[in-house]
Amino acid sequence: MPNLTMIEAVNLAMASEMRRDAEVVVLGEDIGRNGGVFRATLGLLDEFGPDRVIDTPLAETLVAAMAIGLSTQGIKAVAEIQFSGFLYPCVDQVVNHATRYRNRTRGRLTCPMVIRAPNSGGIHAPEHHSESLETTFAHMPGLRVVSPSSPTRAYGLLLAAIRDPDPVIFLEPTRLYRLFKQPVEDTGEALPLDTCFIDREGTDITLVSWGAMMHDTRLVADRLAEEGISAEVVDIATLKPLDMDTILESVAKTGRCVIVSESPRAGGWASEVAANLAEHGLLTLFAPVMRVAGYDTVMPLAKQERVYIPDVDRILREVRKVFDIAPK
Amino acid sequence: MVEPLTIPDTSPGSATTKVASYDIYLTRFLNPDGTLAAEPPAFATDREQARALYELMVRTRLFDKKAVALQRTGQLGTYAAVLGQEAIGVAIGHALKAEDVFIPAYREYAAQFARGVPMVRILQYWGGDERGMDYPAGTPSHHDFPLSVPIATHIPHAIGVAYAMKLRGEKRVVLASCGDGATSKGDWYEAVSAAKVWNLPIVFLVNNNGWAISMPSHRQTGAQTFAQKGLAGGISGEQVDGNDVIATRFVLERAIERARNGEGPSLVEALTYRLHDHTTADDARRYRPEQEVTDAWDRCPVKRYKAYLEARGFWTAADEDALIADGTAIAESTAQEFLKTAPQAPEAIFEHLYERLPKSLEWQRDEVAARGPVGGH
Ligand SMILES: Cc1ncc(C[n+]2csc(CCOP(=O)(O)OP(=O)(O)O)c2C)c(N)n1
Ligand SMILES: [Mg+2]
Repeated sequence: MPNLTMIEAVNLAMASEMRRDAEVVVLGEDIGRNGGVFRATLGLLDEFGPDRVIDTPLAETLVAAMAIGLSTQGIKAVAEIQFSGFLYPCVDQVVNHATRYRNRTRGRLTCPMVIRAPNSGGIHAPEHHSESLETTFAHMPGLRVVSPSSPTRAYGLLLAAIRDPDPVIFLEPTRLYRLFKQPVEDTGEALPLDTCFIDREGTDITLVSWGAMMHDTRLVADRLAEEGISAEVVDIATLKPLDMDTILESVAKTGRCVIVSESPRAGGWASEVAANLAEHGLLTLFAPVMRVAGYDTVMPLAKQERVYIPDVDRILREVRKVFDIAPK
Repeated sequence: MVEPLTIPDTSPGSATTKVASYDIYLTRFLNPDGTLAAEPPAFATDREQARALYELMVRTRLFDKKAVALQRTGQLGTYAAVLGQEAIGVAIGHALKAEDVFIPAYREYAAQFARGVPMVRILQYWGGDERGMDYPAGTPSHHDFPLSVPIATHIPHAIGVAYAMKLRGEKRVVLASCGDGATSKGDWYEAVSAAKVWNLPIVFLVNNNGWAISMPSHRQTGAQTFAQKGLAGGISGEQVDGNDVIATRFVLERAIERARNGEGPSLVEALTYRLHDHTTADDARRYRPEQEVTDAWDRCPVKRYKAYLEARGFWTAADEDALIADGTAIAESTAQEFLKTAPQAPEAIFEHLYERLPKSLEWQRDEVAARGPVGGH
């Protein structure tokens, strides 16, 4: 089995589905000859030609809207936005159209499309290249929002996203793109959407995260294990629709929960998880649910991005608070 | 090259509205070898003024080279080079008046330098430090906008800025610049479409450098020129040889003065060429024929203008040596100043977020301050 980085797994998922399904196309800026600025579409132009690997003019509203148009015709459009910071021009198209055509036309017109974008910080990129946009989209009814945390999940979830009959925002954490490899076999098997993954089983505390922050969350679980604390790690993977059952089940077992998110704290997706825990899991909790999140600031430029992005120390501090209130 | 459009004959009984009879004019004073294509304007025949244009062009090129070197040695973040496009920034810098407002994209460093942005600010910006966007009080740049990385989204700000000027009866002008790729964005069209509605004092400048990362400019639009994109907004558009600093300054000054005199907005497409990779994070060999770049060096704005100055007797080998020595030393000392920039306090991420930090965020700032510097960069 080949060992792949996340970016290679993303590339493989697209190539694999394009081989299987002639009605899958990819579109976006610089995705053809250049293979995308992160090389996610490397080799696709040579294999599938310019009709299916569409270099668009520099216009993100167009990219999203063209994907909508294509998908209403049954063409499965996989659009790339160069960085999530440039997704904002797509918001109007996604919220007013992609998520509504099914509803407005009583199912006549649908949008089986994916918008992929590199997301989050940590790679010393220029201004506007390091934001975490998941909550912006997760707030929109009718949308799926997915963020993978490993090469295998990137492969399986992207296949699922392409096959999904509804629009999916697929946010790929840039700092995991080349951080580690995993064996990924091109089986063509999708992973399930709309479900959290138990990344690691444990009994004393539930750590919940997604995307880039899964990496630090796993490191925290390692650290806790050294101290004899058994952490269960939940990878939300599909943020919207949110699978609370898995999280509630885990918290029912551990009685403690810390949620880790890179996007700003106020009104973030960690808050959504916490609110659900308060409503449905309060009586199983031994301690308050804690959030570790990006600060409510503008995403700092590269020199200070590490101040903003949660890390092992910040996560551990919240975990300690939980155990101070409810010792093991 | 795309063929000019011919509109099909109208059928009998239909009406026509004559909207324009339209040619796109291309201004050039200097041929690529520096010989005269036309009699130059006065500023180019005045020794001191003529030399000043050249000096800024060369200083910008030396700065640019240093910035790329810093990035290559891991001392600077991603940097967008201006190699080959220096004449445009120089022309903007000399054409605008101090009281005008410049809304740049990200390759017009020369204009920013001319308006008072210290070179070190540009390095700080690409080095990932917000203070690189703080332009000094007492210089024209203080009321200018910072570089805009999100493509074209800054262009419509010109509408609001120019409207404010008009509202107050000021004789000021806005120059908003972007690349060829940027003209594909709705934001750009919205601005160009709206400008004439209020007859605003705006010059829209398009730096057509042939490429938008890996996309050649002819892949952005089927129109023959970018200049003609103004036509549908009722704005006159023209081209200028953007590697001819005389022509670019001349055309911009003309458009700026028209705007100042209440004659409204215009659009200038400056034809130039991106001799460097898109940014230091890009490798243009993946998509661009090397021969094209080699050929483009023949149109280099610096070489061309130097030949002109020499022919006029405005420039000597000794002048050249002195300028290179001085420009290199300044680039070097700028780099040193940049590298010695004291880091910001971690809690500085809460500065300038609001005019006053809301009480509800104080705990976040205090948490960051208590933690102190975080490893990493
Ligand atoms: C809204 C937006 N989309 C995409 C990008 C990524 N990007 C940065 S520069 C660039 C190409 C810009 O081309 P052009 O406007 O011709 O300017 P040039 O870089 O050639 O000066 C792209 C696609 C961006 N910065 N902003
Ligand atoms: Mg360009």
